[in-house]
Amino acid sequence: MMKYKMHVLVCGGTGCKSSDSDMIAHNLRTAIDQKGLTEEVQVVMSGCFGFCEKGPIVKILPDNTFYVHVTPSDTTEIVEEHLVKGRRVERLLYKDPQRDEIISDSKHMGFYKKQVRIALRNCGFIDPESINEAIARDAYQALGKVLKEMTPQQVAEEIKKSGLRGRGGAGFPTGLKWEIASKSPGPEKYVVCNADEGDPGAFMDRSILEGDPHSVLEAMAICGYCIGASNGLIYIRAEYPLAIERLKIAINQAREYGLLGKNIFGTDFSFDIELKYGAGAFVCGEETALIHSMEGQRGEPTFKPPFPAVAGYKMKPTNVNNVETYANIPVIIMNGAEWFASYGTEKSKGTKVFALAGKINNVGLIEVPMGTKLKDVIYDIGGGIKGNKKFKAVQIGGPSGGFLTEKHLETEIDYESLTAAGSMMGSGGMIVMDDSDCMVAMAKFYLDFTVEESCGKCSPCRIGNKRLNEILEKIAQGKGTIEDLELLRNLGNVIKDTSLCMLGGSSPNPVLSTLDHFYDEYLAHVKDHKCPAGQCKALMQYIILPENCVGCTACARNCPVNAITGERKKPHVIDQAICIKCGACVEKCKFNAVVVQ
Amino acid sequence: MEKVKTLDDLKKLKEQLKSTIELREKSNNPESHVQVKVAMATCGIASGAREIMSFFMDELRKRNIDAIVSQTGCMGYCYAEPTIELTIPGHEPVVYGNVTKAKADEIIEKHIKNGILVDGIIPVTYQNINKK
Amino acid sequence: MIKITIDHKPIEVEKGTTVLKAAQQAGIHIPTLCYMHLEDLNIEHKPGGCRICVVEVKGRKNLAPACATECLDGMEINTHTIRVLNARKTVMELILSDHPTDCLVCAKSGNCDLQSMAHQLGIRKIHFEGEQSTYREDTSPSIIRDMDKCIMCRRCETMCNNFQTVGALSAVNRGFMAVVAPAFEQNLDHSVCTYCGQCVAVCPTGALTEVDHTNSVIRALADPTKTVIVQTAPAVRAALGEEFGLEAGTLVTGKLVSALRQLGFDYVFDTDWAADLTIMEEGTELLDRLARHLNGDKTVALPILTSCCPAWVKFFEHQFPDMIDIPSSARSPQQMFGAIAKTYFADKIKVDRKNLVVVSIMPCLAKKYECSREELGHDGNPDVDFSISTRELANLIKQSNIDFTALPDQDFDNPLGESTGAAVIFGTTGGVIEAAVRTAYELHTKKKLPKIDFHELRGLDGIRQATIDFDGLPINIGIAHGLGNARKLLEDIKAGKSKFHAIEIMACPGGCIGGGGQPLHHGNSKVIKARHEAIYKEDALKPIRKSHENPYITKIYEEFLGKPMSEKSHHLLHTIYFDRSKKNVIISDEHQAD
Repeated sequence: MMKYKMHVLVCGGTGCKSSDSDMIAHNLRTAIDQKGLTEEVQVVMSGCFGFCEKGPIVKILPDNTFYVHVTPSDTTEIVEEHLVKGRRVERLLYKDPQRDEIISDSKHMGFYKKQVRIALRNCGFIDPESINEAIARDAYQALGKVLKEMTPQQVAEEIKKSGLRGRGGAGFPTGLKWEIASKSPGPEKYVVCNADEGDPGAFMDRSILEGDPHSVLEAMAICGYCIGASNGLIYIRAEYPLAIERLKIAINQAREYGLLGKNIFGTDFSFDIELKYGAGAFVCGEETALIHSMEGQRGEPTFKPPFPAVAGYKMKPTNVNNVETYANIPVIIMNGAEWFASYGTEKSKGTKVFALAGKINNVGLIEVPMGTKLKDVIYDIGGGIKGNKKFKAVQIGGPSGGFLTEKHLETEIDYESLTAAGSMMGSGGMIVMDDSDCMVAMAKFYLDFTVEESCGKCSPCRIGNKRLNEILEKIAQGKGTIEDLELLRNLGNVIKDTSLCMLGGSSPNPVLSTLDHFYDEYLAHVKDHKCPAGQCKALMQYIILPENCVGCTACARNCPVNAITGERKKPHVIDQAICIKCGACVEKCKFNAVVVQ
Repeated sequence: MEKVKTLDDLKKLKEQLKSTIELREKSNNPESHVQVKVAMATCGIASGAREIMSFFMDELRKRNIDAIVSQTGCMGYCYAEPTIELTIPGHEPVVYGNVTKAKADEIIEKHIKNGILVDGIIPVTYQNINKK
Repeated sequence: MIKITIDHKPIEVEKGTTVLKAAQQAGIHIPTLCYMHLEDLNIEHKPGGCRICVVEVKGRKNLAPACATECLDGMEINTHTIRVLNARKTVMELILSDHPTDCLVCAKSGNCDLQSMAHQLGIRKIHFEGEQSTYREDTSPSIIRDMDKCIMCRRCETMCNNFQTVGALSAVNRGFMAVVAPAFEQNLDHSVCTYCGQCVAVCPTGALTEVDHTNSVIRALADPTKTVIVQTAPAVRAALGEEFGLEAGTLVTGKLVSALRQLGFDYVFDTDWAADLTIMEEGTELLDRLARHLNGDKTVALPILTSCCPAWVKFFEHQFPDMIDIPSSARSPQQMFGAIAKTYFADKIKVDRKNLVVVSIMPCLAKKYECSREELGHDGNPDVDFSISTRELANLIKQSNIDFTALPDQDFDNPLGESTGAAVIFGTTGGVIEAAVRTAYELHTKKKLPKIDFHELRGLDGIRQATIDFDGLPINIGIAHGLGNARKLLEDIKAGKSKFHAIEIMACPGGCIGGGGQPLHHGNSKVIKARHEAIYKEDALKPIRKSHENPYITKIYEEFLGKPMSEKSHHLLHTIYFDRSKKNVIISDEHQAD
């Protein structure tokens, strides 16, 4: 067996791959070969490191050097300097934006310090295309343990004791779900993995599947043993080609080892997994819609009960969990329920993965223990607000999560606290906004998404969300009235109260929570016809201050619609009827003469 | 690929495979391992640092000592190459110069195993190059 | 039994009862819109989509749809709290905000479930304005789709997919633009649609309506150069009265004849007469095939399937094209009538077929399509010119200021108006095969039937079977109504598992009495049941009850056709079928643009 002196991990997540990390790995290998170091240095394409803001990332071990924003042309330098001469390439090291210091070891970065990686334990650590590396990290031992040492009831009991709850959003206790499915009579049952991650900007599940597919396969087999199913199905959106590819490789490797298939570990238990592709509809994350889609029906939800645990795929008892939930299972079995339950709060145990995005310094994928304060995530892990602007709101839980404000920064992240604060855990989107974000516009942004993604089955969601969106548009145009605000509130509540599934049951949250926390901002739009954040174009005007204008004509020359007139060396004027508010004049003016009103 | 038929098979397989990612596991918390850093700049390599590094890696493994052997840049002691920096958990790093295989063997047996310092230490007001 | 409280009223219901049904038991009316329960036909549609029937359940976070929520022990339900009323009204306003407000000129005006619901909920203002979803209007030979009026109740989809297993209609698009349409939003006439019209029969709004030919009929009646004759199908007389406030199941045969005469038809004939003719042809064909089969002729396919129903014909042409040799080649009674009217009768009254207009009154929308089939005409002149539905006839009568209920009873004209009880029962499921058995038995055994009523063939179960003893020869009869049920029998035949010698198939629930052109049942299947009973009542009252005993049938064979299955009847009374399985090609947008 080859004994490498150094390992070079290159991020092979979708994000870094799209920034040419394949080429980086290729160039590294070539340069290493040229230096005759092939025997000494191993280049591994790993899963996502999470710090996507800084990608593509290359990590060098054993000295834990974390290179950021690496390009294919940096590879020669890395090889010659670092690998050959042992000198770090300073310019590629991470610089802390707040303290302005270089940190070479990722362990010391704020982004990683407060994280606890359980679901992401192998992401960015192993080669996801090698089952051997997964096995070296204990993969399939939990499966072996349950088959050898535990009864199905004990498995359900252990998961129940761990306090693990569904990471897809609803937070239903996983052990209980398994128990119900296990008690559902029937010789034919199914284990389904919901990999239809649809929240805009969220990529928790994708990263796990890309970085550590075996953890999910193993967990599904454990679930199969627990509920008495021998068929597993992974419903994954077709727009996740890399995750699909890695899953296929992983399933084949597991089959070759006999870790999937007939008589696993020489027992009576047989289990195999099949992939089902979705076309990428948000609503198919809802479990009944997901099942219909897998059956070849239109992807739309049906009324529960019956729950899938009783009548799911092909009307057979079916357990549906999402990717992140499954990823926690093997370690719970290996380390015990108590170990898992030692993380988190009273009712929310373990950790949660979030996709941190928006106006924040450290955009990326993070995993924190339940109970971590919102401010710790935003300021310590997230590195604070971009450009030192003021924090305004954070929206959690995907497109239908509510907005939380400064007064919620002390909130501990768990299912109950987030709901109590008017938001929700959701599947783990976390989008930070600063004071240049208009809350009306943001609410509308999310509504645009839900209007697009509603399946159209029930009237409140199909028509109601559209109407909400239209009223918001009216307000953004400065044509809203006080009555419209009341209409918004009533309509939002009725949609939540009457919709068939949780898509409509939560889609008005962005509107309702901004109405609650930023009513003044709405009032400014309808009463004063002003957008305080300066984002609603219809409510702002670009004007030229004559006292500052020197008549350089730069603005007029750059105006794409010729809205600016004026003689040379004399103050210019913007014709508001023509102006499209593109802002080009502001950028071109060197004299601060163009202002927004 | 051979089928994994029992849990014991899997555990055996894991033991065999462990070494493939051992380096990564150890790097996760280097402080708790013996660390040997070999200066591998041009000067070091010219005086045989590469062989010394391999020697350390092979011998430490053979003698069942959990250690991280890594390379580092020029430590500034070009007159005394090959040089190594040895860190025992909980102790300040020590730099040895003119390390030959025989010296390396002595370092392993005496210093690493028994904590007895060996001749050849470069006792300078030394700055760990990784301080930043 | 479980105990619940509904509007403070404690009641006991059986386990599995929905909140809606429990409320009905307690005498509480919860409004429903998308929900539909055709109890006697075993069709329950409860997608929980419209959210009008929401109620408050204590301890539940959101409101529950009464139609789909099962009662649990101890449940406390409130059906009209302010929260419920506000939600219901708001949802109704939302639905109306995406619906055209051309009620005054809508085909469904006065008969529209949405309109009634708006009235019931007391909607006086729609607080929401905004974009309305609009779609291309689609006209086919039988059905018009104006999907701007679709409220996504999905009843049509349940009928088309679950009950009929045709699969022409399903929801397409997402969100606001979601709508029920043929695949790829093609036109209906490029789909597998059979034109059974069950979608129209259950549509709560004016989204799905029939193609209206009443104006063409009025124009023909007003044209002095045309001789206009009318035929009326058996199921019409059992349902038309409903349009004039009469109780379902009231037979209005005599008034119907009077009304048609008053409308100005030159001759008022009966499709029933042609039904007797059909029995002669189809019964003979059955006996012929049976005899050859029993003699070991391997080229003969059995069972023989009836072919009176044009929706069923189109169904097997699309779905079972490899089996198009199994159904009887006999034309439907409507088309037999047309062929005879435009030859035998035209000669008799010395009118050129071009100046003879044949109008049919049918309970059916597929009959309109059948008229447009090229093979059912002569040199481009169709054997039946216009087929109008029971509903269209009712409109025509109303427009013509005829006080229908006050009309005297009159008799049909001859020679194409005399019919037997066997023909009358064509109007309901099981009737055609019973009529065929009455004749085939006597023709085969040369003996008189010991009893005319075959109760074993009657009923409303979707699939029925019986073995009739043909004097020592057991004949296995199968009956299916609803194309989904038909499919099951066909699949058995395909798999070689079928034991039947003859099968009757009708596309619509209950047969023609439940046709897509009948007065709307508004989800009340009792109406269909009442019509079903009325049909057998009419049969029992007829002096002659076997087709081969109809004197005008005997006469036409003597004067014109010779004998059943003769060369002439082959030419006039039989038809051919086409493989339509490949016809569903996707046509380009360009072609659709019109």
